[in-house]
Amino acid sequence: MKEIRYIGGIKEAIREEMERDSRVVLIGEDVGKPGGSFGASRGLIEQFGPDRVIDTPISEAGFMGMAAGAAACGMRPVVEIMFMDFMTVCMDGVVNQIAKMRYMFGSRFSMPIVIRTPCGGGLNAGPQHSQCLEAWFAHVPGLKVVMPSTPYDVKGIMKSAIRDDNPVIVVENKALHALKGSIPEEEYVIPLGRADIKRTGSDVTVVATSRMVHESLKAAEILSAENIQVEIIDPVTISPWDKDRVFQSIAKTHRLVVAHEAVKQCGIGAEISAVVAEELMDELDAPIVRVGAPFVPVPFSLEQAYLPNAKDVVAGVRKVLEKTF
Amino acid sequence: MATFNRDQLVEFYTRMIRIRMVEEKLMEVFSNGEIPGFIHVCIGQEATPVAVCSHLDATDYMANTHRGHGHALAKGIRATDFMAELFGRKNGPCRGRSGSMHLADPDLGILGANGIVGGGIPIACGAALSAKYFKNNRVAVCFFGEGATGEGTFHESLNLAAVLNLPVVFICENNQWAEFTPQTVHMGIRDVAERAAAYGIPGVAIPNDFFRIHEEAGKSIATARTGGGPSLIEVQSLRWHGHFVGDAQKYRNPENIETAMSADCIADFLQRLYADNHITHEEAEGIRKQVQEEILSAVEYARNSPLPDPSELLEELWV
Repeated sequence: MKEIRYIGGIKEAIREEMERDSRVVLIGEDVGKPGGSFGASRGLIEQFGPDRVIDTPISEAGFMGMAAGAAACGMRPVVEIMFMDFMTVCMDGVVNQIAKMRYMFGSRFSMPIVIRTPCGGGLNAGPQHSQCLEAWFAHVPGLKVVMPSTPYDVKGIMKSAIRDDNPVIVVENKALHALKGSIPEEEYVIPLGRADIKRTGSDVTVVATSRMVHESLKAAEILSAENIQVEIIDPVTISPWDKDRVFQSIAKTHRLVVAHEAVKQCGIGAEISAVVAEELMDELDAPIVRVGAPFVPVPFSLEQAYLPNAKDVVAGVRKVLEKTF
Repeated sequence: MATFNRDQLVEFYTRMIRIRMVEEKLMEVFSNGEIPGFIHVCIGQEATPVAVCSHLDATDYMANTHRGHGHALAKGIRATDFMAELFGRKNGPCRGRSGSMHLADPDLGILGANGIVGGGIPIACGAALSAKYFKNNRVAVCFFGEGATGEGTFHESLNLAAVLNLPVVFICENNQWAEFTPQTVHMGIRDVAERAAAYGIPGVAIPNDFFRIHEEAGKSIATARTGGGPSLIEVQSLRWHGHFVGDAQKYRNPENIETAMSADCIADFLQRLYADNHITHEEAEGIRKQVQEEILSAVEYARNSPLPDPSELLEELWV
């Protein structure tokens, strides 16, 4: 085992996959010499050269569409969108082109693209650099969406994403970039679509994504002191999400809290809650509780008031324990 | 013109008249209700796809637009495959999932007509990037209308292609109408080709004349193929029909339509062939008849082809 930061996990995954497969290239703003705005590609241009680490003009719509064409013609682009907010600028490429090209062309094209993009608050970067927009992409058929929460997960799933022949959006959280964790020295991959049990418990299931996994772990510690045992399921992949593992946990605890950093309205928590309500109502002992951000843009000065945290998860768990059908 | 032999000229004519007659047939079957959705015909603009694609191999790439029947036919799609897809049949190259507006055929490098104006331009850059990366000597061409040059993707793509020195040729088919809006309303310049200068690439505006288009496309494609980078060709034509079949064109002065329809790139081409004794009127008529039969049989093939089964609906969203 070795200790690594989350951002280092991303870089190791990209480097190893570029070494393994010459079709893998990196495309984005500042990914070359500057090494990416968060350092995820530092050193890669020195190792692989400018044909494989392609610095682009500031033109997300242009280079996202270019990645689509490159993938359709046999390359395996890893595209960096510096902040998830900037995905708005290239939505046509992502939603109308990349997501659909395989299906609408009768499976004649393969679209092996990875889009990695940092989401979330915590840097006081304001309303245009702090959003969590993953639910938008989970709503689009054809895209796979992952939100790894640990250095171990991000490295393993990033490698799977690069090897996958489908478009995969890897949503990082900026607040996790510096997080340290252990990973094996040897190569490993984490399959897409498999949830991970981050903590076992018997009283309440908390399905938490990305940074909220860590807030939920803190919450679980607090609640454990009161003898409330929380099980934390990290879906890791949010589209397609691992229904079986979530259902298994609910069958054990009979109570569900879903926690994410994105605004609660129409978030991925709404989807998970709705599916559980539709298909597993009989197992529930109490109404589902969602924890998420309030329905406002991420404010510069009130970021801490805005961001959901461990306290909100504790409150959510208490609420789901209060009521019984 | 002296550089072409008779067989080549006859072949160019055959390809152009095939596109025209396919479009005419499609207007008919669409109006009969045999094809659902929308149809956008390229009548009056047949010279561009034929002239450009005559320089391409099957392995070269092409991205095009919703007004894309001519491009696909010029790139070599079989009439039967083409019709089956437009009729939404299972044996179309996209299994009936693309229809007219998204027709693709990877075997011929056709990366898809695009329902999004400007959507295909960066995709062509990506194909060109792959050609450069794999050093396979291929080029990419991209067809789009002048309306698309108002889109960010057009500008971003020209800039990307220039800075990455991509083997791509941008072909603007300027028919003076962006859907329902004339060029004078949406562009502050007369020639789209002027936009190339902003990106440091060559740009040229030429009339809707097969021989001029063939010459310019030949130069641009050869330049791209030998590592000389991208260029822009604007062909200035006139749109004969509405934005889509069934468009009553109430926004358009009837005189404008008349003027458009009096300029015919195929008739001009044929006149040149007659004048130089490359072909007789009887021979030209014979070609028309032969093409007509080919189209009728493709339509019959499509009509008799199976529709996709509803059980296929969820198939192959992902690999």
